[in-house]
This record gives sequence, C-alpha cells and structure tokens, in this order.
Amino acid sequence: MSVLIYIENRDGKFKKLSYELVSYASQLAKQLNITAVALSIGNVDEAELKSLGNYGADKILDVQDDRLNVLVNKAYTSIIAQVAEKEGADIVIFAHNFSGKALAPRVAVRLKAGVASGVTALPGSLDPFTVQKGVFTGKAIANVVIKSPVKVLTLFQNSVEIIETENKASIEAFQPVLNDDDFKTKVLDVTKVTGKLLLTDAEIVVSGGRGMKDPGNWGPLEELAAVLGGAMACSRPVSDEGWRPHDEHVGQTGKIIAPNVYFALGISGAIQHLGGVSSSKHIIAINTDKDAPIFESADYGVVGDVQKVLPALIQAIKEAR
Amino acid sequence: MKILLCLSNVPDTTTKIRFTEDNTQFDTTGIQWIINPWDEFALTRALELKEKGTNIEKITVINVGGKATEPTIRKALAIGADDAVRVDAEPADAYFVAAQIADFAKTEDYDIILCGIDSSDYNGSLVGGMLAEFLDYPSVSSVSGLDIEGSEVKIKREIDGGQEHIHTELPFVAIVQKGISLEPRIPSMRGIMMARKKPLNVKTPVEAEALTEFVSYELPPAKSACKMIDAENLQELVGVLQNEVKIL
Ligand SMILES: Cc1cc2nc3c(=O)[nH]c(=O)nc-3n(C[C@H](O)[C@H](O)[C@H](O)COP(=O)(O)OP(=O)(O)OC[C@H]3O[C@@H](n4cnc5c(N)ncnc54)[C@H](O)[C@@H]3O)c2cc1C
Ligand SMILES: Nc1ncnc2c1ncn2[C@@H]1O[C@H](COP(=O)(O)O)[C@@H](O)[C@H]1O
Repeated sequence: MSVLIYIENRDGKFKKLSYELVSYASQLAKQLNITAVALSIGNVDEAELKSLGNYGADKILDVQDDRLNVLVNKAYTSIIAQVAEKEGADIVIFAHNFSGKALAPRVAVRLKAGVASGVTALPGSLDPFTVQKGVFTGKAIANVVIKSPVKVLTLFQNSVEIIETENKASIEAFQPVLNDDDFKTKVLDVTKVTGKLLLTDAEIVVSGGRGMKDPGNWGPLEELAAVLGGAMACSRPVSDEGWRPHDEHVGQTGKIIAPNVYFALGISGAIQHLGGVSSSKHIIAINTDKDAPIFESADYGVVGDVQKVLPALIQAIKEAR
Repeated sequence: MKILLCLSNVPDTTTKIRFTEDNTQFDTTGIQWIINPWDEFALTRALELKEKGTNIEKITVINVGGKATEPTIRKALAIGADDAVRVDAEPADAYFVAAQIADFAKTEDYDIILCGIDSSDYNGSLVGGMLAEFLDYPSVSSVSGLDIEGSEVKIKREIDGGQEHIHTELPFVAIVQKGISLEPRIPSMRGIMMARKKPLNVKTPVEAEALTEFVSYELPPAKSACKMIDAENLQELVGVLQNEVKIL
C-alpha cells in the first residue's frame, strides 16, 4: 500500500515541482495511512536523492542506468510499472509537464488505472476518489471521479504548497528488468541551453506582445527581467513574426505557465493567450488602451506606453532596494 | 507509409463556457465546433510530407464521437486527408477513446499515428500515450518536428530547456505540439467538393470501460477588479511588488 511519485531530474538536479509533488503525495499518503515512495530514474547523487525526504517521502528508490539518462517512454513505463507492483501502489503521481504527459498515460494503461491530469488540489473526497482539474484551457474546473482501484494523477505546477518535514527517508537502489524492445527510440543528439532561467521554472515572467511594435524595442523588458531575476515570454504573434524565439511563446498553443508574477506588456489579453497564463498568482498589465481585455484578468494595471512606463518603473525598483 | 491521424472535435477556442443540469453537463447549445488545433497542425504536416514526395500512401483520420462530429471530420477530408473513420460512441474518457482507436489501428498497418498533445476541451494529454501502450508501440511525445527521408523518420522533441533529435523504429505514435507545422491549412473550394466523395466509414465501438467520470463543473472564482495604478505614481506599483507580490 503506497503512493508512488515519479521524480524527474534535469542534469542530476530536482526542481521545485518535484518537491511540490512529494509534498502533495505525502499529505495524500497520510490521509490514506499508507507510505509515500519516490522513484528517481537517471543519474542523481545521494545528497540530491535524500532531499526528497525533507518533504515527506518515506522511501526513495533509485534507478541508475546509462541508457536512462534520456527519456525513453517505453523503458521508463516498464520501470515505473515494476516499482508500482513491488510497492503495491494505489496511486501513482507525475508532474503535469513534459515527462508526466509522456509517461502517465502509458503507465495508466499498464496498471489499468484511470487518470486525472493537471490536478490542482488534494482530493475533495477519497471515496469516491474525486479530484479537481482545469478544463477548457483554464476557463473552467471539473471534479473528476477515478473509478479504478489503482489511480494515476498528474499534478499541475504551483498549485500546492511545499511543506518541509523531518527527514526519515531511506534510499534503496532498484534493479529493473529491461529488454531491447523497450529501447526502440534512440536520442541521436541533444541541444540544451545552459545557464538560462527556464520559462517553466521561473517565478517572475516578463512578457511582451504586439504592442512592443518592433523587435528592436525589447530592451526595457529584458532589463526588467534582469533586475528582477525573471524569465522572458511573449504572445504568439510576436514569436510568429520572429521578434522573439519560439520557446518564449506562452498561451494555449505555447507554454502553459503559472509563475508568482506575470508582467503582460503590450498584450491585449486574448482568450487563447490567457489560457497559458491565467494560473499566475499575480498578473500586472501595462497597456495604452484602458479598455484592453487584459485588465479584466490582471490584478494590477497601468494605462500607459510600455516604452515610457518601464524605464521609470525600473528606476523606481532600483531606488527601492 | 500510412498515417493515422487522431482527431478530436472541440468547441471553438473563443467559446464562452457554460454548464447545465446543476453544473453536471457542458452546455453545447450554439457551440461552433472545430478540429482540435494540434490535430489541425498535425494534419497540415502530414500533407506537407505527402506533397514533398515522401512515400505516403494515405492519411486516414479517426474520431471517436457521435454523428454530430461528422462536419468536423469532413473538414479534415476537405483539407486533404484521404479517408476517415468515425467510431460511433460518445468519448467517455481517454481510456475508452484510446481503446477504440487501438482496436481500429490493429486491423490496418499504420506506420505513424499522430495525436495532439492535448484536447482543448478536457485537457487530458492522455489519448496518445494510452494508445501507444494499448498497441505496445514506442511513443515520442512533445514532438515539434517530423520529417521522413526514404524509410527513415526524423523526429525533433522539445525537452525542458532544449531539443533532441530522435530515431525510432516504425510503427510508432507521435504526440505533437508547437512547431510541428506553422500555419494550419484552410480547405479550398475544390477540397470541399472532393471531401463529399471521400469515404467516411462508421465503425461500431468495441467493448471498453471508462475509468474516470467528470461529475461536475465550476467556473473559476471571479477575479477581483484590477487595481489601476497611475502611470505617474509608479511608487505604488513598487509597493505592490514589495508587499503583495513580495519579490523586492
Ligand atoms: C487556435 C488559436 C490559438 C492561439 N494561441 C495563442 C497562444 O498560445 N498565445 C497567444 O498569445 N495567442 C494565441 N492566439 C492568438 C490570440 O488570439 C491573439 O491574436 C494574440 O494573443 C494577440 O497578441 P498580442 O496581445 O500580442 O497582440 P494584440 O492583440 O495586437 O495586442 C497588442 C496590445 O498592445 C497594446 N499596445 C500597443 N502599443 C502599446 C504600447 N506602446 N504600450 C503598451 N501597450 C501597447 C494595444 O493596446 C493592444 O492591447 C491563438 C489564436 C487562435 C485562433
Ligand atoms: N474523441 C477522440 N477521437 C479521436 N482522437 C482523439 C479523441 N480525443 C482525443 N483524441 C486525440 O488525442 C489527442 C490528445 O487528446 P486528450 O488526451 O483528450 O487531451 C488529441 O489531440 C487527438 O489527437
């Protein structure tokens, strides 16, 4: 009887979302009076593994194998299913991101488990097992009942609090059974940006829209991001025009983010744009048009020209420090 | 090579969402239905590959849904898919839908199955991965580029903060996202005429379970009014960053 959590790593390090997952799982395990077991796949050192115990993992299983330093869906699925069986998992939890979206559905079929994806809170009821998730790209919330004995959840980022506990975790190596059939996809090469704060990890996001008018006008935005230690984002037309790189595009057809604060600068606030940012804790909008729809979704608004307001704001921030 | 494209029929992205019967049902009155944006991008890519002379025999579209989804399926035929299958059942949940598509895919040897990363209605991000597992095929998710050279498939996958080039054996399931194609196609007049004659086969569903149930809905809590700050008084905004947002 256990709650199993799959923990991804990036270059051997865990992220904030991983600790959110463990916090969520350990609270759930307490409610059900079962153990919280975390599974890490890939090369992660002992100190990093042990850190999962700080958030309530009772046991940490460690799978290391050089073939597993990149995500191979079938192989990972086999491992997670083997661990789920060994640990008698009642619930398996993933992050609602790149790796969770790849693995949760496969693992679910293996375990004949129903899945609630993009879950935002602890279950409202344990019997029937009912959880909340966003639907219609942020426009509504659904209560979903999972009817199968084994359940799979993917957890939406920034929706649960990280809770520190006393660390009583043990670490165990796990040797999965893998066969060649699990490795039919091969990663030929990888390009990674290093040293750059990733948009999906950022707590502060500075985002610009078509209102910036020209790719040469992004200086003040970049400066604000630098001053605050935030990441850059943009609306879809901006990336379509090639004013900003594609990996900065947020919205329904771009990245979905939920930072602590989102600066919407020269962005009108189209519904498809909001679909990707409406879970942000605070939205601050600057727009020349006082009737721009973004002000209906923002918490704080300034009517004005970004090119004039931002330099003044940056100056005021520097003085306040 | 044969491509199977999974198509989800969803409300237009600008739809105002409402519910009926004590908030237990999605209100479909007056809704404009469209091809799920990702599936439209995937179809566009499949057509681009076919046109550039890649050895693609046919592109089949499959949807699990009631008769009401046929106009959306016809639209995919008008854009350029060769034939279509509708599994005649309400899409009860992702597990049920994937089981239906898997049953069809087993009978024909498709080399590439394309799915979107998520449906814009229930935001599952599930059908593609479940389908791959039912079929025991490899799957590649977060696919932002797909190319075919001879019998070789070249895939670009987005990872956190980077990209990978991937080789896979066929058959496989590709779960696509931003980048797969740039501008979705709109059907031409000729395409619309031709679509009427293209086969749209209706298939009886197989026995399958739904493991989840959407029991009720809520609208997000109303946002409190936006606090407007004078552009001449940015000190106030700095105060917000210090005391409310707490980042200074
Ligand atoms: C299926 C579909 C999916 C889509 N997905 C996405 C998506 O993922 N992400 C996305 O962003 N969009 C998406 N869109 C597009 C979306 O509908 C909007 O067209 C887009 O978000 C508008 O971008 P924008 O706000 O930058 O530009 P605009 O709508 O042109 O707004 C520019 C704003 O800047 C203001 N402005 C002008 N000058 C200044 C100035 N000097 N200072 C301050 N403000 C100024 C204007 O008042 C205006 O409000 C999608 C559309 C469809 C149909
Ligand atoms: N009812 C359906 N019929 C056919 N394909 C579907 C259906 N629902 C979802 N899909 C496919 O699965 C993808 C992801 O959907 P979902 O898992 O529902 O978010 C979609 O982009 C489609 O490719």
